[in-house]
Amino acid sequence: MSDTHAQSVAFVRETEIPPSPPPVAQAGAVKWVRENLFSGVFNTVLTLIALYVVARLAIAVFPWFYNGVWEAESIRDCRDQLDGATGACFAVLVDRWDHLLFGFKYPQDGYWRILLAFVLLMAAAAPALFQKLPRKMLLFTALYPFLAYWLIWGGSLWMPVTLLALVIATGLVFQLVARQISVDMRKIVSGVIGVICGVGLTYLLFIGAQELVFIAGSVGTEGIVSSVAYGLFWLMAIFTFALCVPMGIFVGYAIFNSYEDGGLVSVVTALLFIYVALTYLLGPIWMALNGVFPIELQEVASRDMGGFMLNMILGTVCVSLSIPLGILLALGRQSSMPLIKGVCVVFIEFIRGVPLITLLFVANVMLAYFLPPESNFDLILRVIIMITMFSAAYIAEVIRGGLAALPKGQYEAADSLGLDYTQATRLIILPQALKISIPGIVNVAVGLFKDTTLVSIISMFDLVGMIRGPIQNSTEWISVYWEVYGFGALLFFVVCYSISQYSQWLERQLNTSHR
Amino acid sequence: MTTLADPHTESFRPSMLLNDTRYRSLTFQFIALVAIIAAMAFIGGNLVRNLTEAGLNISYDFLGAQAGYDINQRPISYDSQDTHGRAAMVGLLNTLIVAFLACVTATIIGVLAGVLRLSPNWLVRKIMSFYVEIFRNVPVLIWILIIFSIMINAAPAPRDFRGDDPSASMWLFDTIAVTNRGVYLPKPVWGSGSLLVVGVFIASIIGIFMYRRYARKQLYDHGRLVPTFWPSVALFFVPVILAQLVMGSPISLEYPELKGFNFRGGVTILGSLIALWFALAIYTGAFIAENVRAGILAVSAGQTEAAAALGLRPGRIMNLVVLPQALRVIIPPLISQYLNITKNSSLAIAVGYMDLTGTLGGITLLQTGRAIESVLLLMLFYLIISLSISFIMNIYNNTMKLQER
Amino acid sequence: MKKSVFLGALTVAGIVAGGASAATLDEVKARGKLNCGVTTGVPGFAEPDAQGVWQGFDVAVCRAVAAAVLGDGNAVEFVPTTGKTRFTALASGEIDLLARNTTWTLSRDVDLKFEFIGVNYYDGQGFMVPKELGVASAKDLDGATVCIQTGTTTELNLADFFRANGITYEPVPIETGAEAVQQFIAGACDVYTTDASALAAQRANFEDPSAYVLLPEIISKEPLAPLVRHGDNEWADIARWTLNSLIAAEELGVTSVNLEELSAGTENPEINRLLGTEGDLGAMLGLDKDWAKRAIGVAGNYGEIFEKNIGASTPIGLARGLNAQWTDGGLIYAPPFR
Repeated sequence: MSDTHAQSVAFVRETEIPPSPPPVAQAGAVKWVRENLFSGVFNTVLTLIALYVVARLAIAVFPWFYNGVWEAESIRDCRDQLDGATGACFAVLVDRWDHLLFGFKYPQDGYWRILLAFVLLMAAAAPALFQKLPRKMLLFTALYPFLAYWLIWGGSLWMPVTLLALVIATGLVFQLVARQISVDMRKIVSGVIGVICGVGLTYLLFIGAQELVFIAGSVGTEGIVSSVAYGLFWLMAIFTFALCVPMGIFVGYAIFNSYEDGGLVSVVTALLFIYVALTYLLGPIWMALNGVFPIELQEVASRDMGGFMLNMILGTVCVSLSIPLGILLALGRQSSMPLIKGVCVVFIEFIRGVPLITLLFVANVMLAYFLPPESNFDLILRVIIMITMFSAAYIAEVIRGGLAALPKGQYEAADSLGLDYTQATRLIILPQALKISIPGIVNVAVGLFKDTTLVSIISMFDLVGMIRGPIQNSTEWISVYWEVYGFGALLFFVVCYSISQYSQWLERQLNTSHR
Repeated sequence: MTTLADPHTESFRPSMLLNDTRYRSLTFQFIALVAIIAAMAFIGGNLVRNLTEAGLNISYDFLGAQAGYDINQRPISYDSQDTHGRAAMVGLLNTLIVAFLACVTATIIGVLAGVLRLSPNWLVRKIMSFYVEIFRNVPVLIWILIIFSIMINAAPAPRDFRGDDPSASMWLFDTIAVTNRGVYLPKPVWGSGSLLVVGVFIASIIGIFMYRRYARKQLYDHGRLVPTFWPSVALFFVPVILAQLVMGSPISLEYPELKGFNFRGGVTILGSLIALWFALAIYTGAFIAENVRAGILAVSAGQTEAAAALGLRPGRIMNLVVLPQALRVIIPPLISQYLNITKNSSLAIAVGYMDLTGTLGGITLLQTGRAIESVLLLMLFYLIISLSISFIMNIYNNTMKLQER
Repeated sequence: MKKSVFLGALTVAGIVAGGASAATLDEVKARGKLNCGVTTGVPGFAEPDAQGVWQGFDVAVCRAVAAAVLGDGNAVEFVPTTGKTRFTALASGEIDLLARNTTWTLSRDVDLKFEFIGVNYYDGQGFMVPKELGVASAKDLDGATVCIQTGTTTELNLADFFRANGITYEPVPIETGAEAVQQFIAGACDVYTTDASALAAQRANFEDPSAYVLLPEIISKEPLAPLVRHGDNEWADIARWTLNSLIAAEELGVTSVNLEELSAGTENPEINRLLGTEGDLGAMLGLDKDWAKRAIGVAGNYGEIFEKNIGASTPIGLARGLNAQWTDGGLIYAPPFR
């Protein structure tokens, strides 16, 4: 029976029909265009508007680029060459290339140092940015600040080397006091350190009290505000004066008392060691070493930094300094101690509430009055201090978000394991919170890097300052605008775009690991 | 029988201040307090010493002294005979004006760009990504300078309107003049009876709200969709125009006219204000676009699909389903963008807009030499503005929060 | 002593430089460099060239003082300052001398506690307008939009001038000269006002300088003078007499060309006293005999400096005018060297 069926059908297809090509309108470029550009009236209108805008921009900008003059001595020369045509005068970039990148005072034969420092920065940042790279590379990251300092500022190599040695030695001292020596031995150390610290603190507080009396005296009692301030300062002076001895004894005792677990005394010993080494050891040692094996680069003062390099230096230094500060602030804001919490909240909200430019004004016109008369901080250093404080406040908020995002169970689990606050924070909380916060921190870093251009307003010659100051005011290039601003925008775009692409990549990495 | 003995009550020992967690935090805070006071003593002592050495003092008397300089945008009456204090107030108002305008515009641009970045149209999507990336990754100071340059060079100068065959002309039947000094708009002149027209206008606005409430009630109670858009438009315009005609045009317009060096008459929006306003709005708009996009993406695709299954059109889905939910994600970062606009408006100094930084932190500081006082006041003003914005916006945010049941 | 306790750690970290409280002369000598405040760039007065070397009329004063004190006209650290930062920089000791076309006024001298050491350029505030406006006098500027560079005495003079003449104006405050020029050329303001010297200097670089005219009115006196801090009179004397030596050199005909020849000794006792071959004026200042010779040797006398940086042969093209020697009918006058 089955045969009949087969015979009743005239033709049985034994292979599949090859798929016929889709209609022209449904395939290839046409389909893509239809789906992506002209699906529906609204989209078509949008596309046409967009095309019009792009075309207008292209028509406006293209001749300007195309006619650009690359070789000229001055803007007048440029105009002569263009002879009335629309065109850019890119010659300014050629002529002032070094100034735009490095400022006009950095020694020209030292540009390789900056470039090397920049390349090494990439190498140093890589292990911190990419988790997959071998962890041993972090060693180089730790060495990098010392190396970069030497490359950029110059001077003797022995200075950063001895500083590095000091850091290592401090670590060793800490280890020694905390772990290596016997309890009896530590008891002696604690006693000595405790006495030193106690006496030192008493002396400091005594001076502080005198200082407060001095301030009160100069505030005077004219008017209500002055009188209140006068009273407050006297009150604080009395408070400090009354406390200088008990406080010294108490802190000294506290240090001595920690001989059993060694926590406090090892920290204080390490700090004291740093102080003593910085004051009395470091200078003579590196000078002596340099006398024997002189390895020197030409020294460059920090006010000679300029151009895009200054933006890079400010950005990198301030971000790296502000991360630890930001962590401390974030932890302080989470603290259960009202005073600590209050101080952190006030600091963060104050900094976040005022524009960076006012803080730079503070660095520029006020900070000098807050420091001892005989001190004279470099402007760049004052600016670094203020920008670091600024970015620390923002980073603290990002990290606070990270801390808040951690499940409460993590804190409780850490407690139940019997870890104390330091251990729990260091081993459980921070590693997780920081990991969540990295994209946010990177965003703050990008924003901060862009904000470093504001230093141009307080007469520092960064990229923008260089353009608005020496270049636009020079006899040769007096009314050059688009070329230099465009170049500045391009430089920033390249750097910031790369960083933000990294941040987005990282966010994707983090997202997948959560699911 | 075992009696439950009271736990051994420890008497207080000094070492407990360190070792007992109950007291330790107190100790820390006490030490911190002393440290803060010591730091204050250090800073204050230096300040006093430095000031004495330089022969200066801290005094705010200069705020009452004659300023002597003119300001081009005066929301309150001011001339060079007024005090530095009044100049600072003018500056403060100017800061608020530019910040407000830029916030509103940035929100509009941001929402538009954020939504368009998710548009199915490839070209539009790419253009919007280009816009967002290029503005987010270049410093705002450079943008302000570039946009200011564009405005100055692209818009015609008043001299171009002059002559028999001017190269530039006014817009909208010679009522609006766009120049590189600013935009000159017609100014309403309030004749007698204009109060009535204004009254009608206010009444029609109230009417629009009433009508919309009615429409919503109809929708909820009876499921009837009452059209709202065209009736609202009609309510907005018709009664006012009628009143204006009936009363014999009590409100007339004063048009800007080229007289002497400048356009006179009408309302002037200064070029520096426009440049700063747009620079801030476009720059911040790029950030808001990213927030909006993230907010929209945070609404799960199921919501969109469910709405589509109910038969809603794409526009409705966006307006009724996605945006209201996305708003909760968008608002907190939006607050900080508003704060950023306010703070970035201090860069007005680069385009010569006389905001707070330009008056109090600029010319006043320079003329009086009172650097410390001026900078402190400046920071105080900005702090107050920032805190008020975040306070108001946080209240709004709390009302918008998901009412969890 | 107290401070050193607080600062101990900082000091050795190399952050803290020498103090402002010591005598400025000793400090400059110890440092080996003169910190001199200049502008961030005004053509002809102070601008770094393509090699990054500062050039200009104000810069020459810095170099002369450095040469007199340290013996090397290049031993100068130029610190760029804006209108806002210049006084703080000087008051806080960041710079030793401010040579930044600063107008000598009573309030700056007395209230801000500075010491002006003598005028090196007599300027006045002028107006520049496009020729096509057909304005002949500043009194015709009623209702005009005026571009002003902020951070100077300019705003105040302008307000006073317009008020005194009962006419109105729209001020457009601009931060840098370059941006003011940009606005002015684009027609965003009708008038550009600043010191007449700067107007001339900037006009020289316009695409079409002949399309713009300077109005005849000079509405203010702007004696531009270098300044130092109040209170260190020895240092002020050195700066003042270095400037005077440049001026006297021109009057006496001492130039960079004949300097060596004349310093061998001449018939003119005043030249001899100036160049240290007679008397010992240098010792009175705490310097050596050759101080003035070195100062003049850097870039020549006042006239030479003027001609080289802003004179008629430069793109700036300023005439001597008020800044001619008193013997030529100008105001430049040095007290006698004796």
